[in-house]
Amino acid sequence: MSERGERTRDHVTLLSIDDLVVEHRSPGRPAVRAVAGASLEVAPGEVVGLVGESGCGKSTLARAVCGLNPITEGSITFEGRPVTPLGLRRRKLTGIQMVFQDPYTSLNPRRRAGDQIADGLRTARDTSTTPADLLERVGLPRDFAGRHPHEFSGGQRQRVAIARALAARPRLLIGDEPISALDASAQSQVARLMRDLAVDSGAGLLFISHDLSVVRVIADRIAVMYLGKIVEVGRTEEVWAEPRHPYTQALLKAIPRPDGMGVLPAELPGDVPDPANPPEGCRFHPRCPFVMDVCRVKEPDFGPVACWLHEPK
Amino acid sequence: MMALDIAGLTVTIGGKEILRGVDLRLEPGRVHGLAGESGSGKTMTGLAVLGLLPHGARTSGTIRLGERDLLTLPPKELNRVRGGEVAMVFQDPATSLHPMLTIGKQLTEHMRHHLGLGKAEARAQAVELLTKVRIPGAEEAYRRFPHQFSGGMRQRIAIAIALACSPKVLIADEPTTALDVTVQAGVLRLLRGLCDELGLAVLLVTHDLGVMSAVADEVSVMKDGLVVESGPRGRVLREPAHAYTRSLLESLPEAEAR
Repeated sequence: MSERGERTRDHVTLLSIDDLVVEHRSPGRPAVRAVAGASLEVAPGEVVGLVGESGCGKSTLARAVCGLNPITEGSITFEGRPVTPLGLRRRKLTGIQMVFQDPYTSLNPRRRAGDQIADGLRTARDTSTTPADLLERVGLPRDFAGRHPHEFSGGQRQRVAIARALAARPRLLIGDEPISALDASAQSQVARLMRDLAVDSGAGLLFISHDLSVVRVIADRIAVMYLGKIVEVGRTEEVWAEPRHPYTQALLKAIPRPDGMGVLPAELPGDVPDPANPPEGCRFHPRCPFVMDVCRVKEPDFGPVACWLHEPK
Repeated sequence: MMALDIAGLTVTIGGKEILRGVDLRLEPGRVHGLAGESGSGKTMTGLAVLGLLPHGARTSGTIRLGERDLLTLPPKELNRVRGGEVAMVFQDPATSLHPMLTIGKQLTEHMRHHLGLGKAEARAQAVELLTKVRIPGAEEAYRRFPHQFSGGMRQRIAIAIALACSPKVLIADEPTTALDVTVQAGVLRLLRGLCDELGLAVLLVTHDLGVMSAVADEVSVMKDGLVVESGPRGRVLREPAHAYTRSLLESLPEAEAR
């Protein structure tokens, strides 16, 4: 990208991830590239859904954005400044807030919901809002502020966690599988709530989920991740109606539809390869139904669809 | 011919009524889906069939397997049924398999106990089973440990273990909830195929109506310990008669997007 292009882009992008590589190292084993060169952008007020199978690196990417995982290569910039790993006392990055997967472990069981939300308010130096106001915004009764997490159901806990994240007035909200621990009936409610609250406050939302059908309802753009790389990015309607990458197509075909017709979903053969030892060439080629010779030797490192079938002219 | 007939089943734990008169009938070669939110009593129904309810649970009603009532069966007899005629597949294959025993050991232990097979015979059958659930390299897989397999493979192994003693009834409690959609598709195809091929009566407990629609022949919907609606898949999912079933269907993201 030219320098001018970069400068104009800074006005609109809130978060910009460039060729990010994150490695997990453990002694006696080869380093695992959980994220192997991923690029993604989130604009203010935009909802980006990041989908992929377990082990594809979605969560690692989210954690790196929050500064919870050190970056090996590439860069993450938030509002034009690079994101650095969080220290114990240094908390400058309060503009990014995260809602974690499991509300049973992400809330402190020994502190009242209101106190935990007040932590967020203090970070934002907000003295006019009370925790009860925030509880109201996430659709919970005001008097829940005095209760402990064990008194809530899973869906209520996740709402408390969202209230806590919102209290810090984030410009970017990240949800790392925030709905997968919830009941089916609560899932789309909570997802919608996150979208509405983020968009209303003008913040960006990076919503990570393995459930494409929920992401479809709330996201403006969808990014599909496979084995540490983002293989397709596009407007939600377009990706849903006309998926271009063979992996996206397989993901969509595998969703069983509740239409009562008894149609078995299509199966994607093979397993996700070991990220410590990814296949040569295109990472998807061993499982791809349209594999060509070029796929086995050369990695397609272009966007928005990283597939040799969709090479930009 | 009924494989399993649950009639008027109630379960009370610590003075709280968990199930309040559940009626379900399973037929050979058919998948009966049991839907409902968490806490509606789906899992308890499955556990009651196997006599695996928590301590202090009190039951009434009947669970008929052929001529026997599983609820009043003495423990020794029940042990013969459990894992033999009635088998179960649990939600999370990461915790339902023993981490320190090889796949082979876990596949043959109950086979030798229930069917009285010799070591070599049991081994041959186990390898055959692993091939049947499409584990690549069944011979090597026999010697490996659960952590060496992916989630989908582990669930296939758990299904193989459940099928080892040729059960008549298979209870699958959220068998694909812990899996990715692409892997789920494979496990669902496997379950459906086995049900058709072996004439298994399957009770499929799931909250996912999409999964239900894909494999179940009959669908029952549970709420607060009661079956509120039961019928053929097409009717229940397309023309739900009960308001609760309708609300479940409407809460799906598909319904919102439409």
